[in-house]
Amino acid sequence: MIALLLRDLRLAVRAGGGFGLGLAFFLIVVVLVPFGVGPETAVLTRIAPGILWVASLLAALLSLDRIFALDFEDGSLALLATSPLPLEGAALMKALAHWITTGLPLTIAAPALGFLLSLAPEAYVYLLVSLLLGTPALSMIGTFGAALTVGLRRGGLLLSLLVLPLYVPTLIFGAEAVRRGADGLDPTGALLLLGAITAGTFALLPFATAATLRINLR
Amino acid sequence: MLRVQNLTCARGGVPVLSGVSFDVAAGQALILRGPNGVGKTTLLRTLAGLQPALAGAADYPQDQGAYASHADGIKTALTVTENLAFWADVHGTILSDGIFATFDLVDLRDRMAGTLSAGQKRRLGLARLGVIGRKVLFLDEPTVSLDGFSVRLFADWLQNTHLAGGGISVIATHIDLGLAAPELDLTPFKAAPDVGGGSDEAFL
Repeated sequence: MIALLLRDLRLAVRAGGGFGLGLAFFLIVVVLVPFGVGPETAVLTRIAPGILWVASLLAALLSLDRIFALDFEDGSLALLATSPLPLEGAALMKALAHWITTGLPLTIAAPALGFLLSLAPEAYVYLLVSLLLGTPALSMIGTFGAALTVGLRRGGLLLSLLVLPLYVPTLIFGAEAVRRGADGLDPTGALLLLGAITAGTFALLPFATAATLRINLR
Repeated sequence: MLRVQNLTCARGGVPVLSGVSFDVAAGQALILRGPNGVGKTTLLRTLAGLQPALAGAADYPQDQGAYASHADGIKTALTVTENLAFWADVHGTILSDGIFATFDLVDLRDRMAGTLSAGQKRRLGLARLGVIGRKVLFLDEPTVSLDGFSVRLFADWLQNTHLAGGGISVIATHIDLGLAAPELDLTPFKAAPDVGGGSDEAFL
């Protein structure tokens, strides 16, 4: 299983696009917001948690369709399905590889972009923690969506429509945790729920993803 | 030992072959023949477990099957060695140096797979079969885009290494590989258009 993870990471770095694309998109969206809503720091401070979370969600969405599409086209997916590696494990590794190339860089870059949106100083630590807890769920749910649309022509658009509603709970609790942190309230509840969603997706979705892949490979 | 009994397989919910039965003993190969569209690929995919059979069964040692088609899962951004090492790793085998010589890949080891010609890529795809150490091979047109020399290289490996080591292979091909193997014409097994069982599948 580690072999698959390492291969995917190596491909993401070499083939270009995969690694920096999401991060660059995140950067641009967040930089655009002050141009759109104006430079008043009071307004920006209030909307910063939501903007940062929505932007990271969209950035994570950007590279989802590549998770299985390339492997499907060149036949690797069929070969993996007949290999000793369980497809559930492959799904998990794909999600992990997506998180390492997208979610993790987003999490690390978010505090710097929070500064651009004059995020409240108390909120930085909660921004980091909430993204660290929440972005793995985005990758896992996205991997499931990618498995649903693998083999479809122009499946990327359908993938976004399928996956975005499933991102809602993560977005609500992620942004809520940062907002409560910024207001000096206790964000523990929101963070716990965020962690629960991530744990739940990782417990269930690898199986759903593998079942979906088996059907799509027929 | 591969035993196929009364197998019915479908493509897109429509049965294409029914009542396919044959045995292949260890160390033997079977060549599938038949015109385009008769269902050679469907049969091989069903045998490899990529799609369920509508009826019947194929018995062979568990976890010994491997499938290969013209889409050979080569990553163009990885080198030849990295491609093979990945499959060796997934299958828990060790990538030996001999395989590069067997498939004439020694000079190409460190080349990016994306820079290989179609025939060289095909040789790399076939070398995967030598790496993964599976006993029962289901090969769909393995020699597409290979020149005569490479075809002999592959046939030699199949005969002298794989089959000689007790392996089995079922091969769909239109050319003569030069193997002393029985042939099976699939035309008589063509399914009648209204053989039941597939109507629901068609809507999936």
